[in-house]
Formats: sequence, C-alpha cells, structure tokens
Amino acid sequence: MIDDRIAGSPRYRLTRRALLAGGAAAALAGSVPTRFALGQQAKVKLGLMLPYSGTYAALGQNITDAIKLAIAEKGGKLGGREIEYVQVDDESEPAKAPQNANRVVVGEKADFFIGTVHSGVVMAMVKVAREENALLIIPNAGAGAATGQFCAPNIFRTSFSNWQPAFPMGAVAAKRGHKTAAVMAWKYGAGEESVQGFTEGFTKAGGKVVKEFWVPFPDVEFQAQLTELAALKPDALFVFFAGGGAAKFVKDYDGAGLRKSIPLYSTGFLTDGVLKAQGAAAEGLFTTLHYAENLDNPVNKRFRADFQKQTGRAADVYAVQGYDTGQLLIQAMDAVKGDVKAREPMIKAMRAATIDSPRGKFTFSASHNPVQDIYLRTVANGENQFVEVAHKALADPAAGCKMT
Amino acid sequence: MDPTFALIQILNGIQYGLLLFLIASGLTLAFGVLRVINLAHGSFYMVGAYLAFWLTQRTGELWLAIVLGLPLALALGFAIERVMIRFLYERDHLQQVLLTYGLILILNELQSIVFGNEVHGVPAPKALDFSFRLTDTLSYPAYRVAVSIACLAVAATMYGVIQHTRLGMVIRAGSVNREMVEILGFDVRRLSALVFAAGAGLAAFAGMIAAPLSSVYPGLGDQVLIVCFVVVVIGGIGSIKGAFVAALLVGLADTFGKTFAPGLASVAVYALMVATLLWRPQGLFGRNA
Repeated sequence: MIDDRIAGSPRYRLTRRALLAGGAAAALAGSVPTRFALGQQAKVKLGLMLPYSGTYAALGQNITDAIKLAIAEKGGKLGGREIEYVQVDDESEPAKAPQNANRVVVGEKADFFIGTVHSGVVMAMVKVAREENALLIIPNAGAGAATGQFCAPNIFRTSFSNWQPAFPMGAVAAKRGHKTAAVMAWKYGAGEESVQGFTEGFTKAGGKVVKEFWVPFPDVEFQAQLTELAALKPDALFVFFAGGGAAKFVKDYDGAGLRKSIPLYSTGFLTDGVLKAQGAAAEGLFTTLHYAENLDNPVNKRFRADFQKQTGRAADVYAVQGYDTGQLLIQAMDAVKGDVKAREPMIKAMRAATIDSPRGKFTFSASHNPVQDIYLRTVANGENQFVEVAHKALADPAAGCKMT
Repeated sequence: MDPTFALIQILNGIQYGLLLFLIASGLTLAFGVLRVINLAHGSFYMVGAYLAFWLTQRTGELWLAIVLGLPLALALGFAIERVMIRFLYERDHLQQVLLTYGLILILNELQSIVFGNEVHGVPAPKALDFSFRLTDTLSYPAYRVAVSIACLAVAATMYGVIQHTRLGMVIRAGSVNREMVEILGFDVRRLSALVFAAGAGLAAFAGMIAAPLSSVYPGLGDQVLIVCFVVVVIGGIGSIKGAFVAALLVGLADTFGKTFAPGLASVAVYALMVATLLWRPQGLFGRNA
C-alpha cells in the first residue's frame, strides 16, 4: 500500500497523468467538463459508485436517493457550492471494481468518492482511495478491513462493519436459552465476517457453534443444507443472507417447517428491504441491526415521511445510511466553507462529527467506523420493530488499524 | 447415513433437477434445431418470474397468472425470434454469443425500468399452501411436490410430441439435417420460430412456477443460465433425452455435493461435466460431432 504522503509527490502525479493519457480514454469520453458559471465557484463533484443493476440494485437506489434528500434539505448545496453528480454502476462485480474506481477517481477527478454495497467491490475502492489519496465515504459495505487493516485518514464509513451487528446477536441467542447453534451464510466477505461476529458473541456467552454451512455466493438453493440441518437439530440457527437470497431463504425455512424446532436468528440484512417479499414467513423473526423502522426519535419520523414523499418507497436501513452519508458531506464541506483543498481540517471535522441519524446519534471511532447502538428487532405486521438495545455504543475492534 | 435423510436429499435433488430440465430443454432445442447459442435464454426464465408476480398481484391466483402469462411469454419469444434471432442462423457462434449477450442486457434493463429493483414475493396457490411432515423436525412443502409433478407432466408431453407426432418428427429431422427438411417442402422458417418460441415458453413457465419458491428479483435469470448450459453440455447438445438425464444428474450432484463436500459444493456440478466430457466428448446422448 502506498503511503499517503507519496501520493502527493510529483513523480506520482506524473504516473497519474500517464494513466489519464493512456488508459482512461473511456473514462474521459464519459466525463463532463466542469463549467464555470459567471462569478460562481466550480461545482463540487460527488462520484457515486454503487450497484444500479443486479441483486443489490434497490440498495444502490435507496442510498443515492437518500444522499440527495439530505443535501436537498440543506438547500441543495455543499459548503455554498453547487453539486455535480457522477454515477457509475459497479454491478456488485469485484472483477470490474478497480477499473470503475479509477474511472471515478482518476478519470472524473471526483472531489468525494462514495460507495458501495458489496464487500468485495469496496476493497478495490479502498485500494484506489489509498493510492490516489481520494476521500472515500462508504455508505454500506461492511468489509472489516476497510476500517481495519487498510484504514486511512481519508476513508470513512457511515454504515457498519460486518462484525458489528452480528456480535450482539451471539449474546441475545445465549440469553434466550440456546446452548448450541449452527451457522449458515454465503461464502464471501460479508457472510464470513458476520459468522465470526456471531460466533465470538455466542462463545463468550457460553454457547457453542456446532456446525458451519457455507453456500457459494449468490447461490439460492438451500434445500440440501436445510435437510442436513433438520437432522443435526441444533438449538438455534444464525444466518447471513441479503436481498433476493434472503427473501428465498426465509420462505424455504418456513416451508421446511424448521421455524418452530430450530429458531432462526440473523442480522437485520435478512429482513431489511425484503419483508414484503417474505410475507408471513418472516413474522416473529429476531434480528440485530443498527436501525429499526419504528425507532422513536424525531429525526427518524421526519426522515421516513420525507423519504416516502420523495421516492414513493418506504425508507430502510440502506436509505438511512445514504442519508447519513449526505449529513457527513454537509458537515465536512461546512467546516472548510466549500474548499475541498483544505483536506486536513476537513478530515478533522469529519472525525469529530456527531451525526444526528434516524438510527440515533452516532460518532466515529478512531478507525472512522460508526460507534453505534445495535438494536434487537422483531418482525411484526410486516415491519422490523424495536424490541430493546442489544448493545449500547458498540465500536468495531478494528483489528490491524494503525490509527487506533 | 439415515435412510429418511437420504431419501429427502434425493427428493431435493430430483426437484431441483426437474426444474433445470424445464429451462434447459428449450436451450437444447434451440441448439439442436436452430444451431443457435442463445445466452438470453435465462432472461425468459426471469420474464416468467416477473409475469407471475405481476399477474398474480392483479388476479390473486398463480393459476390465472400462468394461463394469462404463458401466451405473453410465447409471443415475446416469437417476436424476438422474428426481430433478431433469425438473422443469426447463418452466423458463427461468436457473433451469436455477443448478440444474445446484448439481448440479456436489454431485457435486464427493461425489467429494471418496468418493475424497479425491489425484491418481490409471489404467494403459492392457497390450495397448495401446506406441508407434508416427513420427520419430527422436517416437513416438505406441498408446493414443491406440485412443481415436480408439473415439470414431469411437461417433460412427458414434450416426449410425446417429439417422439409420436408429425411435428416432432420434423423437429427431429431438422436437428439432423436442416437442408433436407427444407427440400422436402417444410417451411423451416416457421418451424424455427415455433421451436424458439416454445423454448422461451418452457423457460418462462419454469420461471412462473419457481417464483413462489425463489422470490422475484433483478438478475435471477442470469443465475440459472450457467447451470443450464452445463446440463445441455452433459446431456449432449440437441438431445432432449440427454437434457432430462443430465438435469437430474446435476440436481443430485449439487445436492449431494453440498451434503458431503460443502467446501467443494460449487465445484461438484462442473466436476460432473468434466468427468462426462472426458468419457464422452459429445455428451451422454449427443451425436458424434
């Protein structure tokens, strides 16, 4: 990894120019020159790299709409400057991520680099952000390393680390009297780290994880594993699935008649944004997350109403994270009065920011990940309803981060 | 290994396999009779799933959605054949792959524009909304049994048509020697459109009956496509019988791979393909190329 200071050196800038001249022709073709209206500052450029197609398309859409909502509420400007959005579809494809990230950072020269949903794609974005010293804000992907081993002053996350919502579920499951549990998850970053979090919490509370089932991502055929699970009969099951796969898993679990015999637990990604598709099969499920639809605070009530009015859709956790990304942008730009070149004071302001989020107020840890309450929720009447605080002000351990 | 457990796993594998057969049969027909590699075949599965969602929402019953939706899917298949696929018959496979890949992108984008990107559920028909108790912990949803029966019924019908009707005879002849069929005075253009539309309809039907099981979301057609290609290759290109046997083998290999070697589960199906091709390069029932 390249040290931040080297990134500003003349030699490095030369390579960047060479890159531009040689390889980024495609990126240039898609770029719009910054226009100077008479007597006005140039627009500030927000480079959004999010999934706008495929399994996670709805998540990318909600994040984008909520960022725009937060900024519109503050008069539609950042630090007094007009905004230009550049949107790139990352397709949740790790293989295409380096190219897309370079397109936004090097080709478009975005002032802020924002994205994404998929943990595999975000790692490529982190790499480019570190090499180019771009200011990266992560509105969803929970890859631990982004604010762990590869943390950097110019990388912030407004969502969670994969470990964060899963860890408290371990204690919750143990408290509910379960001695043994099996885990089942997609075999990729988010699934593996969620399982680690749950296992750590469950073991600490005296439970024992007796078996791990791994499903290749994004496979949605679960019958074989469910049959095996029924034969194994653990006290409980913890899973990580999201989006379409989550909708299918919950229905299959219900269809296999396992819900009564082996209670199902998960992080909120199992039910968020897909409750309507799951219908009755999800009623009564317990999940842990840093948000619940019916949280009783004024920001949440106002935000949900505004988002519904703006988009015609109900807000979910992804919209909340987008909204808070917008709020962080506002604080960052206000602190330097719109001067994006003032990187040091801007980062200082961001690190010290308190975000008045629909999820409740949160601050940032030394590794730039939210320090936040994790809630236990249950599905009732097609909504994830707040039960209790499962863990107060939880910070990610940020293993390997040099800033802590 | 407990016999009940083994039996249920076999059921799981067969059910998955039967659904794969339904999708793969259209693909292998297009290969065999039209010599077209249609990468967009999975998109018809997606179209079926979305039609099921949209029409079930309007009519309240999946049965009705299937009755109303199938003609739409057939019409779409027919239209795509007329507008695009028919120009590919004389082209080489690389061009077919590129153009039909473009078709995937177009259909996915249309889906996104028309239906948005949320995940939707489709309720199973009320009459089938119960489960059979198999063991003290495990039940098997009646709807899954119904899906298997429906797939078997379609497979039997297809077998009947292809083996015992005049139309089937022409289709079989066409897959051996297209020119000869043309010389004998059959309208090959109409036959091609019919075969392509039928394949699209089969994939759409699979998408419709699978919708309550799998939910409906963007990109779900792309996931089944690769596995179907594996089925077609193992079975032998152009062979319906081959597709049937291969689909069951793939379903069972996938299910038992997950049970006995979870680490290698994603490889099981491909290992089966490699093993088959080493032993019979033309596939199980493929003719010598």
